[in-house]
Amino acid sequence: MLLKLSLSSLYARLVTAGMTVIAISFSLMLYMSVEKLRTSAYTSFTDTISQTDLIIGARASSVQLMLYSVFRIGNATNNITWESYLDVVNKEEVDWAVPISLGDSHKGFRVMGTNKDFFARYKYRGGQSISIDKGYLFEDLYDVVLGAGVAEKLGYDIDTPLIVAHGLQSFSEHDDQPFRVSGILEKTGTPVDNTVIVSLAAIEAIHVDWSTGAKIPGQETPIEEIRKMDLTPKNITAALIGVKSKLTIFNLQRWINEYPEEAMTAILPGAALQELWRVVGVVENLLLGISIVVIFTTLIGMTAIMFSSLSERRREMAIWRAMGASPRIVIGLLMLEAIFISVLSILLSVILLFFSLSILQPWIDYNYGILVNVEILSLRDMYVFMTFIFASILVSLLPAIRAYWFSINDGMTIKI
Amino acid sequence: MDENIIKIDSVRFYWSKKSSFKIFVPNFEINKGEKVLLLGESGSGKTTLLSLICGFLNPLSGSISINGSTINKLSSKTKDEHRADNIGIIFQQFNLLPYANVIDNIVLPLYFSKVRSANVTNQRESALNLCKQLRLPDDIDQYKASSLSVGQQQRVAVARALIGSPSLVIADEPTSSLDTDAQQIFLDLMFEQISNNKSTLLMVSHDRSLAERFDRLIDINEVLTRED
Repeated sequence: MLLKLSLSSLYARLVTAGMTVIAISFSLMLYMSVEKLRTSAYTSFTDTISQTDLIIGARASSVQLMLYSVFRIGNATNNITWESYLDVVNKEEVDWAVPISLGDSHKGFRVMGTNKDFFARYKYRGGQSISIDKGYLFEDLYDVVLGAGVAEKLGYDIDTPLIVAHGLQSFSEHDDQPFRVSGILEKTGTPVDNTVIVSLAAIEAIHVDWSTGAKIPGQETPIEEIRKMDLTPKNITAALIGVKSKLTIFNLQRWINEYPEEAMTAILPGAALQELWRVVGVVENLLLGISIVVIFTTLIGMTAIMFSSLSERRREMAIWRAMGASPRIVIGLLMLEAIFISVLSILLSVILLFFSLSILQPWIDYNYGILVNVEILSLRDMYVFMTFIFASILVSLLPAIRAYWFSINDGMTIKI
Repeated sequence: MDENIIKIDSVRFYWSKKSSFKIFVPNFEINKGEKVLLLGESGSGKTTLLSLICGFLNPLSGSISINGSTINKLSSKTKDEHRADNIGIIFQQFNLLPYANVIDNIVLPLYFSKVRSANVTNQRESALNLCKQLRLPDDIDQYKASSLSVGQQQRVAVARALIGSPSLVIADEPTSSLDTDAQQIFLDLMFEQISNNKSTLLMVSHDRSLAERFDRLIDINEVLTRED
């Protein structure tokens, strides 16, 4: 009976109550979508590279090494020699290793030299492998494999010829040795999408006539001759390492960091990603903070609406009291209303969230490489909902206490 | 058995010490079954007196006894129950919850009173029956309270005050918002129902012309003294 009357009372104030519900559900939705994007971005980010135990490169900070080796942002301060790399690979703890050579570019996209193992060993999103969408991995010296993003943005297809530029922003091109697209990778949502991948030998080949970053004047080795040359690299930029037993990671890391012949750094990708996230994540925390403030604001708004409806409901309270309702019931009615409003808002916000996310998910994944998890409400969401209901009960206490005083003092007087 | 349904003895009340409004009720009694008209202008303290009788307000000293129990000694919870059990209240106007339908409005007191709901076998039927006797339209249960005319609302309020046969009905100027013809019809119907119910009626008004219907006419100034 009370429930029914409370509902019809709310229904009678459909417009005000409805607007309150809409306002609250939008702010809750804002909070939840920020939260969802935040956690999804975190997972996508920290899953950029997985199942790689160590990344090695020239002496640098872990974030820096991570940035250039995985995200292809910034430059390596130095290279490591092929001999040092082999020393690491030959350690008995090492299961596999993939060398990476960076430094050149094609129309703003980084060119990465590596071997075919890269495609088998590089994992993302908790163990997913890179797969080829069209064509095949490099067979010929001048074959390139494009990330999905490169192919799409430059409009390249299999057999499209391309020229690699020396350095990242340079006008000198390796135009004497043109490449050809042999394969295009599936979209991964990782920096691989924006990478032009060639073999290590190809990197070596295009630099045959170059010395210390400049072309040696007058020297032009014919391609036929280059093909016959030993194209084992002299330097590489970084390498991905997998170990046989996880227990040996730290020993191996220390060994590499203390390698006497060359200054090298070995990092744990997971730890470096976390560290990097702490820098990037500030923005997300800011967003989260803002959406929490929005929720608070709506709660205050709800209280304000309850307060303003109180004067018109004062009459109603007097009727309830005259019928024998205790002040507790009068308070209860107001709180019940607050609970209704917040539960309705939560339901609406969840519906809105899933509706909008399921529409936006493919778009977000495609454009930002963030796979938003649409399906489940996390335990954390439940906590947030419970906290919100509790908070709305708390804030409704203020108008409820006021109603209590009205109902105690008004007695037989019906205020109009 | 106590013959007094209301018995007030040396009751003193004021909101605060500084308040200029302090009242003292030396002695006020109403017998069971009596129909009493309490005459008083607004501001004379009659609403305060009714609030004391209904147990909304607590006297600072003295005792108020309603239907045999001294209500100023009761806990606020029992007092609310006591009010629900014993008193049907009719306000000046805006008696009904506007969003609820007529039947829900009428049976509302039964929700708070076990005693009164025990007197009613079928809530809906007896609500409809009361409506019929109060000459409300047959399809009254189709209406929301807010869609009724003021005269109809006041009659619904009578039905609500009488459902479950409480021993005391308190009406605070129930006719003030009605015109003269409607007043007469309303009073006829209310009196008829109160007599059927054998309830006691304490009605407050400033209209002396209503006096002839009542067993007793009391001027508020004889009941209470203002201590300014």
